[in-house]
Amino acid sequence: MTAPVPGPTKLSRAPGVAFIFKKALISALVALVLFSLMIGIRTEAGPTGQLIYWTRFDDLAAMVATVFGGSIVVELLRQWWGPVGTIRIVPPAAQNGLVVARRAIAPVLLIFTFLVPVIFYDQRYILDLGILVLTYVMLGWGLNVVVGLAGLLDLGYVAFYAVGAYSYALLSTNFGLSFWVCLPLAGILAAFWGVLLGFPVLRLRGDYLAIVTLAFGEIIRLVIINWQSLTGGPNGVSGIPRPTFFGIPLTPGDNGLAARLGIEFSPTHRIVFLFYLILALALLTNWVTIRLRRLPIGRAWEALREDEVACRALGINTTTTKLTAFATGAMFGGFAGAFFATRQGFISPESFTFQESALVLAIVVLGGMGSQLGVALAALTMIGGFELFRGFDQYRMLVFGVAMVLLMIWRPRGLIGHRAPTVFLERSQAISSELTSEGRG
Amino acid sequence: MDYFAQQLINGIVLGSIYGLIAIGYTMVYGIVGMINFAHGDIFMIGGFIALISFLLLVSLGLTAVPVILLIVLLVSMAITALYGWTIERIAYRPLRHSFRLAPMLSAIGMSFVLINYSQIAQGARVKPVPPIITGGYTLHEGSEGFVVRLSNVQIIVVVATIVLLAIFTWLVSRTRLGRDMRACEQDQTMAALLGVDVDRTISMTFVIGAALAAVAGMMYLLYYGLVDFFMGFVAGIKAFTAAVLGGIGSLPGAMLGGLLIGLIETLWSAYFSVEYKDVAAFSILIIVLIFLPTGLLGRPEVEKV
Repeated sequence: MTAPVPGPTKLSRAPGVAFIFKKALISALVALVLFSLMIGIRTEAGPTGQLIYWTRFDDLAAMVATVFGGSIVVELLRQWWGPVGTIRIVPPAAQNGLVVARRAIAPVLLIFTFLVPVIFYDQRYILDLGILVLTYVMLGWGLNVVVGLAGLLDLGYVAFYAVGAYSYALLSTNFGLSFWVCLPLAGILAAFWGVLLGFPVLRLRGDYLAIVTLAFGEIIRLVIINWQSLTGGPNGVSGIPRPTFFGIPLTPGDNGLAARLGIEFSPTHRIVFLFYLILALALLTNWVTIRLRRLPIGRAWEALREDEVACRALGINTTTTKLTAFATGAMFGGFAGAFFATRQGFISPESFTFQESALVLAIVVLGGMGSQLGVALAALTMIGGFELFRGFDQYRMLVFGVAMVLLMIWRPRGLIGHRAPTVFLERSQAISSELTSEGRG
Repeated sequence: MDYFAQQLINGIVLGSIYGLIAIGYTMVYGIVGMINFAHGDIFMIGGFIALISFLLLVSLGLTAVPVILLIVLLVSMAITALYGWTIERIAYRPLRHSFRLAPMLSAIGMSFVLINYSQIAQGARVKPVPPIITGGYTLHEGSEGFVVRLSNVQIIVVVATIVLLAIFTWLVSRTRLGRDMRACEQDQTMAALLGVDVDRTISMTFVIGAALAAVAGMMYLLYYGLVDFFMGFVAGIKAFTAAVLGGIGSLPGAMLGGLLIGLIETLWSAYFSVEYKDVAAFSILIIVLIFLPTGLLGRPEVEKV
């Protein structure tokens, strides 16, 4: 703290120690009031049902001190970084390098993903984690069609995931249909629900749409919980058949794949098979999305995202455009759901809460809404980050929430990708966030 | 008939609570144009603070129930209002001119923060409190022995709601702050040009909304005798439904919508099925938005290019 205290000239841009200190003191005071009752006192239902409480003033003091220190650090960082808006200090040579790296990253990542089961054949944990990440990559790509391409904020995406999972679970346990028959069925059913949701919300925009999709997701979950005779209610559906290698079961028996190929059976075969299965499904999602983006319908989605009114003025049928976006996104959600069911062997409504929707949405937003590579990297970061916090289970969602808020403040356009339209007028312009606020972008 | 009358009373009490929360949604939406997704969790925080301050006061030896209630009310309103202010300051103000979905996503993040913060700070178990206000009146004794009762808690909830609404209406229609709020709702740039401190007005909107949510949280605690960290989520969606039903941006509409949602939920539970009462409330949200997008008392929104 050797910085000189500023004199009477209050106009100097860099505020002095006194200013920072005052600001930190106010923050600490606010924190003290905020946390006084919630953290300073802990309540619990006692053994007799009577409420008891005990004090935790040391925790309270620690929190307030953290806020005080954190406030000073944030203020110092803000001065160090200077005013916002003067970025782009990367030298051109480094920028060229970044462009090359950006171009190389997708193929490298893809090849690495293909090799994961080979490299980590013995490490079950990494394979399982890989399957989980790929499931979220697929969900992210599916939701990307709705949110990233068509610009329709969907907070109930998990509903389609649930429809897909329950379709496969119920069809296979009740009628004995195989995974490969159910997979398309699950996709079709989910797409059907997507259209069903799409119809009523066609006229809604922005926030209203978000809340209605959220309500829809909750309705689906509540119906699953309460329709006990069909779905088993909160107990879920168990004993869901494992997938077969196109009809050949992956079991140690005589007709299993291992016996037919003449190799020794290992339970890892199934994991590896599941890994490649979800990889294929995810790549299918990616491929279809990229192809669709080049078709008139994909162009219409992007136009719809940029400006709905202009879209209608140009004669684009917004009804079909929105419905196809919902249906396509929902179909991929359904595929992912069927995969989830066959991988877990057991599903219950607990897997399909709003948290799951928010997580997938966060992946899409983090990835930059519309960028396929961005979504994949975001899923890796997010699920990987969750795994790092495995030991601190209760802090996981707290950190997730904080990260979401900070991300929106820091980089509202996503961390990795960008969402420029595929086609634009000859000279592309960087659109600043101010321009898009009122539907002008 | 008696059964219906009893459900009517219960529905109005529940509706008052929803209405108080709905006002916070509708005010913020009117002025900032965003759905404050974390508002339901502010209501939950209000409930927790009421619970803790109530516990403290009782253990300090206070016995006069009206005094306790008044202190608890003021404390929870003040602290919860500060929560509202802080959240606006941290999570929403930096995003005021960001792209359309940013505040909504930030609010979802904030909602997760609040839920998990209370879970970590106060534990995951439901916190029960013994009934604080007991007694009531028997309004009518039916022939089959069914009794229509109006308990003192119910009277307090409804009276407190009416008093607060009166204060609130006075605040919005007669004070300088209320005028600033209405000005900001119409045109923020113009209001700023005419000397309205827009930032401060928006902050105060969040503060008032949070204070009303705190009252709702305390009423919930008194009426149901329990709080838990997850109660804000569903209550928040229902209150939002109420705000939409009444016409978002309209303050009397929010109260009307709250009463209607409370009545529908209670009557649905009484005559159809308790399990599907949330489904009924959410379905109403969807149906209203399809057929009556501006709500009962809302103004039609003009689409601007």
